[in-house]
Amino acid sequence: MSDSLVELTDQGLYCPAGGFHIDPWKDVDRAVITHAHGDHARRGSRSYLAAEAGRGLLEARLGDVRLETRPYGEAVDINGVRVSFHPAGHVLGSAQVRIEYRGEVWVVSGDYKLADDPTCLPFEPVRCDTFITESTFALPIYRWERSGDIFHQINAWWRANRDAGRASIIFAYSLGKSQRILAGVDASIGPIITHAAVENLNRAYRATGVKLPETALVSETAKGKAFAGALVIAPPSAEGSAWQKRFEPASTAVASGWMQVRGARRRRSADRGFVLSDHADWPGLLEAVSLTGASRVLATHGSAGVLARWLREHGLDAGVIATRFGDEDDVAGGEAS
Amino acid sequence: MREFADLYAELDSTTKTGAKVAAMERYFASATPADAIWAVYFLSGRKPKQAAPSRRLRQWVRELADLPEWLFDECYHSVGDLAETIALLLPTSEQLSEMSLTDWVEQRLLPLRAMPEEEQKAAVLTAWRELDARRRFVWNKLITGEFRVGVSQLLVVRALANVAKLDPGLVTHRLMGEWSPTPAFYQSLVSAETGDGAASQPYPFFLAHPLEGEPPELGSAEDWQVEWKWDGIRSQVIRRRGQSFVWSRGEELVTDRYPELKSLADALPDGTVLDGEILPWKDGQVLPFQELQRRIGRKTVGKKLLQEVPVVLMAYDLIEIDGVDQRDRPLSERRDKLEQVARAIDHPELILSPRVQADSWESLANLRQTSRERQVEGMMLKRRSSPYRVGRIRGDWWKWKIEPYAVDAVLINAQAGHGRRSGLFTDYTFGVWDGEILVPIAKAYSGLTDEEIREVDAFVRRNTLEKFGPVRTVTPMLVFELGFEGIQASSRHKSGVAVRFPRMLRWRKDKQPRDADTLERVKALMRVGGES
Repeated sequence: MSDSLVELTDQGLYCPAGGFHIDPWKDVDRAVITHAHGDHARRGSRSYLAAEAGRGLLEARLGDVRLETRPYGEAVDINGVRVSFHPAGHVLGSAQVRIEYRGEVWVVSGDYKLADDPTCLPFEPVRCDTFITESTFALPIYRWERSGDIFHQINAWWRANRDAGRASIIFAYSLGKSQRILAGVDASIGPIITHAAVENLNRAYRATGVKLPETALVSETAKGKAFAGALVIAPPSAEGSAWQKRFEPASTAVASGWMQVRGARRRRSADRGFVLSDHADWPGLLEAVSLTGASRVLATHGSAGVLARWLREHGLDAGVIATRFGDEDDVAGGEAS
Repeated sequence: MREFADLYAELDSTTKTGAKVAAMERYFASATPADAIWAVYFLSGRKPKQAAPSRRLRQWVRELADLPEWLFDECYHSVGDLAETIALLLPTSEQLSEMSLTDWVEQRLLPLRAMPEEEQKAAVLTAWRELDARRRFVWNKLITGEFRVGVSQLLVVRALANVAKLDPGLVTHRLMGEWSPTPAFYQSLVSAETGDGAASQPYPFFLAHPLEGEPPELGSAEDWQVEWKWDGIRSQVIRRRGQSFVWSRGEELVTDRYPELKSLADALPDGTVLDGEILPWKDGQVLPFQELQRRIGRKTVGKKLLQEVPVVLMAYDLIEIDGVDQRDRPLSERRDKLEQVARAIDHPELILSPRVQADSWESLANLRQTSRERQVEGMMLKRRSSPYRVGRIRGDWWKWKIEPYAVDAVLINAQAGHGRRSGLFTDYTFGVWDGEILVPIAKAYSGLTDEEIREVDAFVRRNTLEKFGPVRTVTPMLVFELGFEGIQASSRHKSGVAVRFPRMLRWRKDKQPRDADTLERVKALMRVGGES
């Protein structure tokens, strides 16, 4: 017996009153999904419920599954529990899940950011009693520069490479980060070429109505054609692979929040590290927590213990909930970060 | 300062030596001589002493960022670098200063050390306010005395030589020894004119390369001068213009620390430079390196220590005689002159490095097996016709070291590394069996590939038993073959032994913790090695 509205089980976060799981990591009957990243949306469950804006991406990721979607803000009744989705600002279609039962409200944040991103709706604070928040970058060393400043740096790097006759390869997670970069760079600098893994998701973004500049697939680019001056967007898994060779001479960059720290930057063999994250930074996490008005906060993923301790010292009831989202210890990988 | 911080960032962001040299060339070509020489000073590894204690810096940044101590510590452990942690935590600055590097160093940095705390605090806080993140990081590196960047003096020299269109060997020589970072020194460094150097100026050392392959591939043994490889401190002893100088590794003047060698230098004819090894030496034989360590770093030596650990110069080479540079003469000729000098002064603290006599590589190989008993690290092979070159160059001088001691030990603790390895568990403690317990025997940081490090890192995270600050104890599961150069009895270590230069030779994935070595076996190695 538990009086928690959401609890941790072997399958993942579970709402006993409603009989559904949120972002389960094992097969369940009913999965409520915050967003389409692989550590949150997995195949194998009997049915899925998600925000309408994420439908295209979930279909691209999960394939043919029983997927029901709802517009942001519209409530669904599941066994007497009111469930609704609210923009999380993380990637297209990303949502916080609001759960209301007998007058008590919990919000599961999924991943979120407060920084601006033209490819998705901004984070919407939702008042609640208990807030289950991500805490990937919950250390005060993580404070993001304005997105505009980061894109200024990316554009300058791309332009300098173009002028030096080099290609610019940027490694970024294929879902979300890649499209944010596409929408943010100055496309007049040169042609943009994408890895197939990125282009698959571009299609879903465009189909949902997100405006992205024109891109060409590597495979569509004629053999032997020079890539000098082009911006190439590829997933981190392509870094250091034979695939990368064809673009030489090229400068490489990684776009991730982990690039904030020199050690992480230096471990990647890339020439540049751009600090561009789809997660909230330290001030962002504190602001989000405060905007929810929650008296109780459970932190998960990354520096959860740090955030919980800080919040406790500031008068909140806070703890850690050990989900399997992200790979806590994959500090340098930063795939979804 | 901005240009220097940009240079630092450029050097820091690439591993390609060509790009590093090009970045430094651009900097030297456009910098004022005053800025350029400070850059040379810092880039070549010279650094001012810590200007403000780390404790204070931590305190001040915590006040500015309003952070409790535990949170600062969390940040520091995550970043693995104090200067960077501070730079990341400071509030954003508003008014940037465009002062030159020279002004920053001479007006802001150097006076800090002597200031009383309150004044120092005001000065550091003002500096932080006037610098952006990139410059703050470099500034913090300078005030914490931790300035380091991934370029060797070799690359700095190459860049300078390219800019000045000079021979790199000449630039290396001009940079040796003690000099002050003044515009005048920079002018003389890049000048086409060759003037007299300072009387104290040492020569760049010729360094041996580890032998690759087998000695017979080097041709006839007769063409080679073979010596023992002594384990001491490489040194140059200089007598010029009636003055004596003793250099340790060519970077530090240690004349006052080794009065025995000062007396030896005083006895040398004017215009002489000897190359050799400072060794702790008593009753006709070498003492363990640990004994020498008692003298290293000791600015003044007491009578007792002088009696317990006297030193000699084991001389290898003669680089200058009668004030004339001998480096282009063949080794055989330099050796003859060295022997003449040694005979002439007949000084008790000057010992000629004995030539190992043998008629074939095979008998040399047999003799090499006696290295441990002789307390040497193996042999040096030097081509008799070789000039005295600059730096570590293949071909003429080889070190033919004996195999290290090897022990299989179990990983018991791990700690995150620093710099490039920050946030990764790279610093390990290993244990061997003492009955049913694993006692720590050595800490090691090197020897694994990046891939293996990532694998061990993931293991540590999944198998952490306890956390003590930054240290994690792990389930004893992984076995590594450790290598080290020496073993000594030690009362300061729990295991009762201290090892020298420990490193990981191999990850023994084929072994279970039970298969690791025992403390008893390690102690047995020590006895084989021979105690003094």
